Amino acid sequence: MTEIPQPHPENLTPIDRSHMQVSDEEAIEIVGMNKWFGQFHVLRDIDLTVYRGERIVICGPSGSGKSTLIRCINALEEHQKGKIVVDGTELSSNLRNIDTIRSEVGMVFQHFNLFPHLTILENCTLAPIWVRKTPKKEAEETAMHFLTKVKIPEQAHKYPGQLSGGQQQRVAIARSLCMRPKIMLFDEPTSALDPEMIKEVLDTMIELAEEGMTMLVVTHEMGFARQVANRVIFMDQGQIVEQNEPEAFFGNPQNERTKLFLSQILGH
Amino acid sequence: MSDTHAQAAQLAFVRTETIPPAPPPVAEAGIVKWLRENLFSSVGNTLLTLVSLWAIWWVLSATMPWIFNGVWNADSLRECREILDGATGACWAVIRERWTQLLFGVTYPADSYWRPTLAFVLLFVALAPVLFPKAPRNLLPFTAIYPFLAYFLVWGGSVWVPVMAAAGFVVGYLVFQRLVAQSFAMGFFGAIAAALVFWSLSGLVTPTLTAIAPVTLEAVPSRDMGGFMLNLILGTVCVSLSLPIGIALALGRQSDMPIIKWICVIFIEFIRGVPLITLLFVANVVLAYFLPPNSTFDLILRVIIMITMFASAYIAEVVRGGLAALPKGQYEAAAALGLDYPQAMRLIILPQALKISIPGIVNVAVGLFKDTTLVSVIAMFDLVGMIRGPILASTEWNGVYWELFGFAAALFFVVCYGISQYSQWLERQLQTERR
Repeated sequence: MTEIPQPHPENLTPIDRSHMQVSDEEAIEIVGMNKWFGQFHVLRDIDLTVYRGERIVICGPSGSGKSTLIRCINALEEHQKGKIVVDGTELSSNLRNIDTIRSEVGMVFQHFNLFPHLTILENCTLAPIWVRKTPKKEAEETAMHFLTKVKIPEQAHKYPGQLSGGQQQRVAIARSLCMRPKIMLFDEPTSALDPEMIKEVLDTMIELAEEGMTMLVVTHEMGFARQVANRVIFMDQGQIVEQNEPEAFFGNPQNERTKLFLSQILGH
Repeated sequence: MSDTHAQAAQLAFVRTETIPPAPPPVAEAGIVKWLRENLFSSVGNTLLTLVSLWAIWWVLSATMPWIFNGVWNADSLRECREILDGATGACWAVIRERWTQLLFGVTYPADSYWRPTLAFVLLFVALAPVLFPKAPRNLLPFTAIYPFLAYFLVWGGSVWVPVMAAAGFVVGYLVFQRLVAQSFAMGFFGAIAAALVFWSLSGLVTPTLTAIAPVTLEAVPSRDMGGFMLNLILGTVCVSLSLPIGIALALGRQSDMPIIKWICVIFIEFIRGVPLITLLFVANVVLAYFLPPNSTFDLILRVIIMITMFASAYIAEVVRGGLAALPKGQYEAAAALGLDYPQAMRLIILPQALKISIPGIVNVAVGLFKDTTLVSVIAMFDLVGMIRGPILASTEWNGVYWELFGFAAALFFVVCYGISQYSQWLERQLQTERR
């Protein structure tokens, strides 16, 4: 049997995992969830329970349904069968339920999706002001706090088009954090970035993990998975094929498809 | 071996210091260089330049004497010709003599000309805060009352009619505020119902109020409106109404709710498939069959409804283009932040979509403004109707085509060029935000 290459997280900022506690309180519960795009069965019988404080990395080949899975969690995609409960609220077609869940769940996209007609600060204060009804001054203070945290407070009055990709993605993270979400979803946050900008985004995410944020991350950054995740999920053809703690997942993958995927993505 | 070694040594390169940034070289300047580069760069271009210069001279030499040698003081075309005595020259006297007819029509009372003039001047005050971000914000309440004020000034009558009309909107808004917390649809329809009830009740109260506080201007019926004033009324009202209706139609066409979607699609496709002139004839003649026999459904109001429907269908398609140009990620990001549909549209989607749509919207607005001259075919005496009817048909001015239509063209050109320049300014204004 060929040996599976191992990810190398050493070029990421080292972290202290000791206080990254996972509670036994459920943050997300997915039971028997199925989704179709027309006739195409994208997600098949997904069962997944996420506990508070978990950092879950979802990986898999393209078209395996991993992005669709996390997009179902905040109802950007509708599921046709099964149950999704987020933070105690079940996702149904009730619009008010969906808006409540979306304001509790932050989402970071592959292509940042900042609002180009608003300044960085306005991007960050918009949702708190209109959804949470926070007073403008307070929202701006919160925004500056999180912009400082992602290390770009000096860009607050620029427009997204004036920032680099890495900076834009960090603004997108800050924008989500301004809503004080309980759960953060990351949909391939570094896939559209130049290599030298990937690290600055991953470092921001690591910092977030250290503070105990519940995170679901779709990514191909296996170094990040190794270092930060407490659970790695491998998906293929719309199913969860394998999930395990990172040590066991990378050290001793069981399924043939997992082995093949890992050797392809890590073996160069 | 030693040969390749030497080559490698030559190819290898390590930069030891960074080149400091330098300003770009100053381009050569001067009018002679510009002329040589742009007009006389080759034999062919020199020839083209000379031919163009000759063409310009030919046009100007024919028109300039005609324009500047024109007669301004005469009472008829015959008198013009006598004064000119065979020389080339326009008969501008017709514009001088029929000036008020061209602007206000034949039957608008002469001692009330100040009213539409004042309404026209105030229009700029009311538009300023909407069109220019730097204009003082506290003008906005004036913008809100302007439509009612302008109606009172132009049509006259009792002041209580427009006051009650405005109050109906306020009542509707208050009901909307009260009910919108429960659901948007309830607030929307509740507001419409409340306003309608208020208006029908106010019809009973208005005569009493007028008797108590008789603030009135001489009433001018719609059939007495005419001239360029009519074009301006139709243009301003229809553009300002068709923009919000067009946006609503564009959003409706994208809606997930099939009934709303199909109503919008059918409306847009039907209106776009019919010539405006047909709609105007419908407004003029056919609607009368459907209305109760003695009803007085104002002709200008009917025309406004038809032109507005026509323009809003076009604006809806322009705005749809703008909406389609936005990446899907903008909708998703807005939704993921928990913004509901009205918030996402108002704060994220429409500001960007409308910015993309500015050239198309202005195109429709300019076209609509010029199309207001079509009302002359349904026996309304707008600027073109005045020229073709009362003025050219008069014994004094029969045959003065060039001067009159030239004047009409100039008036329309000034307004349309102004709109076009404003839109280009606005685009530049919004562009600087990006980079």
